Amino acid sequence: MGKFLIPLGIFVVLAIFLGRGLSLDPREVPSPLIGKPAPAFSLSQLDKPAQMIGTEQLRGQVWILNVWASWCVACRDEHPVLVEFSKTGVAPIYGLNYKDKREPAMNWLQQLGNPYTASIFDESGRVGIDFGVYGVPETFVIDKLGVIRYKKTGPVTQETIQSIILPLVKKLQG
Amino acid sequence: MRRLVVLLSLFLSMLVSAEETKLSAELEQRVKSMAHQLRCLVCQNQTIADSNADLAIDLRTKIREQIMAGKTDQQIKDYMVARYGDFVLYRPPVQSNTVLLWLAPFLLLIGGLGFLFRQMAKRRALVVTQNLSSDELEQADALLQHPTHNNTSHTKS
Repeated sequence: MGKFLIPLGIFVVLAIFLGRGLSLDPREVPSPLIGKPAPAFSLSQLDKPAQMIGTEQLRGQVWILNVWASWCVACRDEHPVLVEFSKTGVAPIYGLNYKDKREPAMNWLQQLGNPYTASIFDESGRVGIDFGVYGVPETFVIDKLGVIRYKKTGPVTQETIQSIILPLVKKLQG
Repeated sequence: MRRLVVLLSLFLSMLVSAEETKLSAELEQRVKSMAHQLRCLVCQNQTIADSNADLAIDLRTKIREQIMAGKTDQQIKDYMVARYGDFVLYRPPVQSNTVLLWLAPFLLLIGGLGFLFRQMAKRRALVVTQNLSSDELEQADALLQHPTHNNTSHTKS
């Protein structure tokens, strides 16, 4: 009797491990930046090349950094969610236009709507590297002291906004 | 005289450029060896040396810049880990959350050996305890001495 239970036991253990593996997303790599100050940057604005945006200016408020690009397909999926969120005016969204060109990026915003208070133009992707960006779109929530509190790799959904981002922003603002 | 100067300067410039290419070859070698130790996060089962993803190319450039700035290998690795986490290291560091990862193969080996030895001991015990009765011994002797009586039919052609 016991003998027959052994393969069954092995099967159950394997099934549990494989089942767990199915529900994990290997692309979700925990960011070491959470709880750390957001990397300092100073880059020109997407639509106004002469105007610079730096970390210092953004301090003192809870803000959201969304990494996007006009070549990024998943960003297109995400975009309406951001537009919707920006209408609530809960927190400003700053865009990090990652490895893009000014013209297609500006066209993109014109066509699909612009949820960003401003977009930071990171043509070389250097600031992206500092933020540990590897899969556009990525979204960060940054608190009043400039500390990164949350990071999402991949498109933000309505659900992410409702269940994670909104409560967190409210808490950080409070 | 003029010719000599030209020749000499040509020779010198060749020396300099030879020195430069040697330096840059060393640099490239180091970039390569670093790139082989770092994971490309876009295509996760490749190193940034193997991958041609945009990010991998950018990170190779980053490594090159840092080496030229005089950073040590450890400093460059720390730079990457600070941005992308331990996951960026192809060889994970031994630390509290990776202990199981490092020890599991040895634990499995020990477990397997334990199982094997237990099975072998069981078998040995079986062989020792299966003593034959005297009747059985006689039967066995008979069979061994006249093997042709019983089981030869299949050899006939």
